[in-house]
Amino acid sequence: MNSKLLTSAAFAATLAASAATAQDPLKLGFVATFEGTYTLMGEESLRGFEMALDEIGQTAGGRPIEYVVASSDASPDSAVRAVRKLVEQDGVDIVIGPVSGSEGIAIRDYSKTQPGVTFINGISGAQSTTYQNPSDNFFRYNTDGAQWSAGLGEYVFNEKGYKTVATIGEDYSFIYTQVFGFALGFCQAGGEITERHWVPLGTKDFGSIIAALPDDVDAIYLGLGGGDAVNFLNQYQQAGGEANLIGGTIMVDPTVLSATGSAKNALIGVPSSAPQADNWENPKWQAFVKKYQDAFPPDKRFPFPALMSVGYYNATMAMSQCMDQIGGDLSDGHAALRACLSSIELDAPNGKIALDENRQAIGTNFLTEVVEMADGTLSNQVVKVIENVNQTLGMDPELFAKIGTPARDVPECKASYE
Amino acid sequence: MTMISEMEKNRQERSWLEKIPAAYWILGILLLIMPGVAGDFILFQIFGWGFILGIIALSLMFLAGYGGMVSLVQMTVAGSAGYMIAIFGVSAIENISLGWPWYLAIPLALAIATLFGTLAGWLAVRTEGIYTIMITLAIASAFFYFTRQNYVIFNGFSGFNGVLPPNLFGVDWRQPAAFYYLTLFWAVLAYGTVIYVSRSPFGLVLQGIRDNPRRMSALGYNVVAHRVAAYAFAAFLAAIGGILLTWQSAQISPGTAGIGPVIDILVITVIGGMRHPIGPFIGALIYVVLKTFALDALVAIGLSGERFQLLIGIGFLAIVFWSSDGVLGIWNHWQQARKRDPLLDRGGSTP
Repeated sequence: MNSKLLTSAAFAATLAASAATAQDPLKLGFVATFEGTYTLMGEESLRGFEMALDEIGQTAGGRPIEYVVASSDASPDSAVRAVRKLVEQDGVDIVIGPVSGSEGIAIRDYSKTQPGVTFINGISGAQSTTYQNPSDNFFRYNTDGAQWSAGLGEYVFNEKGYKTVATIGEDYSFIYTQVFGFALGFCQAGGEITERHWVPLGTKDFGSIIAALPDDVDAIYLGLGGGDAVNFLNQYQQAGGEANLIGGTIMVDPTVLSATGSAKNALIGVPSSAPQADNWENPKWQAFVKKYQDAFPPDKRFPFPALMSVGYYNATMAMSQCMDQIGGDLSDGHAALRACLSSIELDAPNGKIALDENRQAIGTNFLTEVVEMADGTLSNQVVKVIENVNQTLGMDPELFAKIGTPARDVPECKASYE
Repeated sequence: MTMISEMEKNRQERSWLEKIPAAYWILGILLLIMPGVAGDFILFQIFGWGFILGIIALSLMFLAGYGGMVSLVQMTVAGSAGYMIAIFGVSAIENISLGWPWYLAIPLALAIATLFGTLAGWLAVRTEGIYTIMITLAIASAFFYFTRQNYVIFNGFSGFNGVLPPNLFGVDWRQPAAFYYLTLFWAVLAYGTVIYVSRSPFGLVLQGIRDNPRRMSALGYNVVAHRVAAYAFAAFLAAIGGILLTWQSAQISPGTAGIGPVIDILVITVIGGMRHPIGPFIGALIYVVLKTFALDALVAIGLSGERFQLLIGIGFLAIVFWSSDGVLGIWNHWQQARKRDPLLDRGGSTP
């Protein structure tokens, strides 16, 4: 279905173009990771994009949509190469993507050299993409990694009663950003982060890390994803670990929760936070989940839509909404389109989304706990919904700027950042 | 081979301008007028990237073709030069980059990368064949993991962005046409130098060592020293390619010189052919074109684009399957078949 849809859509687009319609087709560029470690995420991104195209009937602002797919391998070089081809060779009007954090920063930089093209972020979540040197034609309708942690620190301190926490995270910018968001909330609530362990992406053997974990902390924050998360859980259980766990966003997403084996059962009851939650009661979300589950056979999708499909879906829907509003007219150098993109409020499946002056999403965040469903599968149960989370996490922008860029030891754990 | 011997003969009789074969003139003029014909994307992405990968692969071709040493460390040397230019020069990571002017940063980057390549070679020359591959691969992976985990010098996973070429002579060298000529210049220079060195006494000794190290040693040549010198020269070429590569993508991160790109350089050299320095450039162009357009090609014939890596793999497999010496091998084959006189003999120039 997935592959068929791609080809039939491309074919339909070609037909539509050759049918000499009154309106020129709108050319979209789609970039995601179809190579390397993040291939699964790239495929999930395409699902979201296809769902959106299907919903808007392959047209936007009265123009038929023609799209070109490009692939990266999650490295910034490859992402820029892929996007450069879309823009300079295929001549697309709008680029949608990419998936991962460093790619987003590289494409943001590239977008500054292409004022005639509009870029809408797929799901990449590095903070600095829109926070430092934002680009006028780069729009992001997903919240960043720190926003995804909003509320988690306060929650585990106040409700769970965890006073001291050690963190284990993959050693790269996205996880720094996640821990950054967690630490701001947790430390300001009065908690203390005793240790931060960083492991290389793709770590197989967590033995030394597990041995080094302190016994006297109340909980351990896990900022791991994909295979790393599963490996850690397996080895942690074998080592007889019994500490309370706190999950980062990608620690408890469908890619880990749908893993085979019993290791994931250690996650039952683990609090976490994300810009979406599998079991949210909201009718719009429920309808979206159903559509996702109906559109793809069970072996070609996750049990619930993952972050990437929602991100790319929202990006495409924002584009479509604005193209409709301006009647598909881009002849003013995209000025009207960009004005619209900056000002719309997107009624997305995962809550309302508006953009700030840096064209960064202000959106909804969800505190969740992992629960076991009747059929034995795991999913995320909503505990609390936090609306209107902005990029400075509600802090005064000047104070927030003083904390610095997320890094291994930034932010310091302080009760107040005054 | 006949071409070279003919040129040797002609060398004494004609001026240096006349000695350049006609094919070079045609190719040279085509490459020079390319910016008038091709679009920005083709210039920057296809040719620019192709020339750069060609230079890096050329350094491997020099070691493997003339020295018989298959080194997987060349991309790593290129990456180290890229890192050095980012660290000594200007980048967006201001707390690490020293921001020194280009006339200090570039020579330092070239020198350090060459030193690094020489040291790697000095370790590797004590081994032969598969062990050389293993030890250079080990150095390449060590470099990759080290840069990814070191934050003080290499800025870890994210590396350096905003690394731009200097605005020398008032030209923005990242503009497509300017960048095309920049990479073309260095590619031609590297190509010419490799041809020159391969015919110099040093190059001839190196080829002698490739064919029979023990005999060369008995003749009084220092085998280890010659091999290390070959590594040093190859490292210098790779370093030039590395700096250009960093300027092209305006950034350097561990993934630039990861295991994938390291293997890609080997693939480029093998599919291009290791018999002549033009091989790596042909290989690089094939690689770049496949990498850029394979996905479109699949979609165009109505298949799912996600499997484009398969097409790239099949393309490489086909070349290696039909010719043990890459595209150059196919070319030689075809030329010999054309020269063959069906009435007189069945072979070409070789009996």
